[in-house]
Amino acid sequence: MPLIRIRDLTRHYVMGSETVHALRGVSLDIEKGEYLAIMGPSGSGKSTLMNLLGCLDTPNSGTYELNGTNVADMDDNALAEVRNREIGFVFQSFNLLARSDSLHNVELPLVYAGVPVEERVERARQALGNVGLAERLHHRPNELSGGQRQRVAVARALVNNPSIVLADEPTGNLDSRTGEEILGLFEQLSRRGNTIIVVTHEEDVAQHARRIIRIRDGLIAADEVNPKPRSAGASSLHAA
Amino acid sequence: MTLASEFREAVRIAWSSLRSNVLRTSLTTLGIVIGILTVTLMGTAITGLNSAFRKSVGAIGADVLFIQRFSWFSSEAEWRASRNRKELTLQQARDVERLSTFAKAVSVESNGRGTVQLDRRKAKGVWVAGNSEQSLEVRGLTLTAGRWLSPGDVQAGRAVCVVGSYIAEKFFPYGGAVGSRLKLNGMPFEVVGVLDKQGSFFDGTNLDNQMVIPITRFTEEMTRFPDFSIAVKVRNPELMEEAREELTGIMRKLRRVPPDAPDDFAINQQEAIVAFFNRVGGTIALVALFITSLSLFVGGIGIMNIMFVSVAERTREIGIRKAIGAKRRTILVQFLVEAASITLGAGLVGILIAWPLTLVIDQFLAATMPWWLVGLALLISTATGVVSGFLPAWRAAGMDPVDALRAE
Repeated sequence: MPLIRIRDLTRHYVMGSETVHALRGVSLDIEKGEYLAIMGPSGSGKSTLMNLLGCLDTPNSGTYELNGTNVADMDDNALAEVRNREIGFVFQSFNLLARSDSLHNVELPLVYAGVPVEERVERARQALGNVGLAERLHHRPNELSGGQRQRVAVARALVNNPSIVLADEPTGNLDSRTGEEILGLFEQLSRRGNTIIVVTHEEDVAQHARRIIRIRDGLIAADEVNPKPRSAGASSLHAA
Repeated sequence: MTLASEFREAVRIAWSSLRSNVLRTSLTTLGIVIGILTVTLMGTAITGLNSAFRKSVGAIGADVLFIQRFSWFSSEAEWRASRNRKELTLQQARDVERLSTFAKAVSVESNGRGTVQLDRRKAKGVWVAGNSEQSLEVRGLTLTAGRWLSPGDVQAGRAVCVVGSYIAEKFFPYGGAVGSRLKLNGMPFEVVGVLDKQGSFFDGTNLDNQMVIPITRFTEEMTRFPDFSIAVKVRNPELMEEAREELTGIMRKLRRVPPDAPDDFAINQQEAIVAFFNRVGGTIALVALFITSLSLFVGGIGIMNIMFVSVAERTREIGIRKAIGAKRRTILVQFLVEAASITLGAGLVGILIAWPLTLVIDQFLAATMPWWLVGLALLISTATGVVSGFLPAWRAAGMDPVDALRAE
């Protein structure tokens, strides 16, 4: 059974008198451990697909089974729980809490999961260590570089052992060298068995994935295996 | 996620949020501070007044009926009608004592003001009470030294007196009051007893600044047309109504009131004061409640406003939290806790201001700040925060994560 099983997913938005069909019926299977890129120009529907995959939004029709559970008809609270347990987000603009230090930012998913405080701190510490930020536990986001912030975000995404890491233009706000660093981190995570979905409009970024799905006008235009994924190479990766 | 850890996280967020907006937050809380200040001060004044009043009224005695010319509480029309009533006489008092079966003790009383003097020391405006031998029991007084007026003193109208503790201390600071002589309006009186300290009546009258002389002497020295009041201590406090009936009958007969005419006297009772006070106290409390709720309402609107601003400013943060797994309830609790923390803080400030003020007020008027009032004030301030923070918190909790994450 695939980790993600999507059938005929549609999503439209009503804007004034106009109805925008963002997704027109998308079907897709994603296996556990895949490293997948979703590509498409802006307006193609890839953000909508990402929101649905991330359980931030619900489709108008179709089914979405995540780990065997249909999440298409869940209510707000149930979705919040799924997001907490199954999905780790990495955003283009990092989306860290500005007033909290790295440790607390990474701790947050565990707080919402109801993990007791000692265990929580220990796991957050470990997650930050895994992305090479063991020395930056008590720095706030504005005391960190862009690359470091994105690593905190990756640590936060991973801390609750989610089924999928969902990254939305994760390198969009980083210079190319730092971007490579983050992509190298993803490769590492992928090798360790994490399922990674990167949503991007940059061909360079997508080329790191082993499978590339191209979206156009709300439909899957291509679903191809990347025969030779590009490696982030021996770039300055702080291995755990 | 458990409610407790949710709550802890909410407190943590609230604290850091408030700390980063100190000025804005403290300005908004002014309304609540004033509201809580009013709550505590009003409560303080009312409880203070209440306890002072109960103490004073207790001194009057619940089991005493006062036969007097006028009712304590009468409308202007009633007073007009009763203006020409004849005075009560000493003889009527004696007859009541003789005829009443419910009376345990009967005291004849009349009051005035006089000047007390010893050598060159002088006290003006001293409360002079004409009393009889049974007045000690009826008035519930106790003596520090000496004795009360004897039947002989009253019978013969002897120039003896019993003085309040204030008078005793003023004229005989080194003791030795009993046996000495004091001049009342120029006439010498021998001090035979000193009363225990009583404190002051709720209207501020110093009960220790008094001098008691035989009622028979009082009629000679103080006034030519004395107006007596006959105080009857009833044997069994449960039979107050029966005693009142009997006394009414006796007085009507003594004063020869025709059967179809209304009473030409009044029988007063402590209960009437209590009822009157409760009415006044109720009005004060109502006014206080109104002022308080008004300022709390205005303060609450301010809190609601600032919470809407806070929610709008943190839309992105709400989006992040939701994406990470915060439920509706989590966000709701977060903002409710924040609003409640603001108002609870304001409540604490209000109490901290009210406390020294209470001590100041206590110098003029009885005022105390009981613990339950502090608790109540804190409860009210927290509740105000929860109520006024609810709408903003509800809006935050209902936000769509996709939209919230897109916010700038």
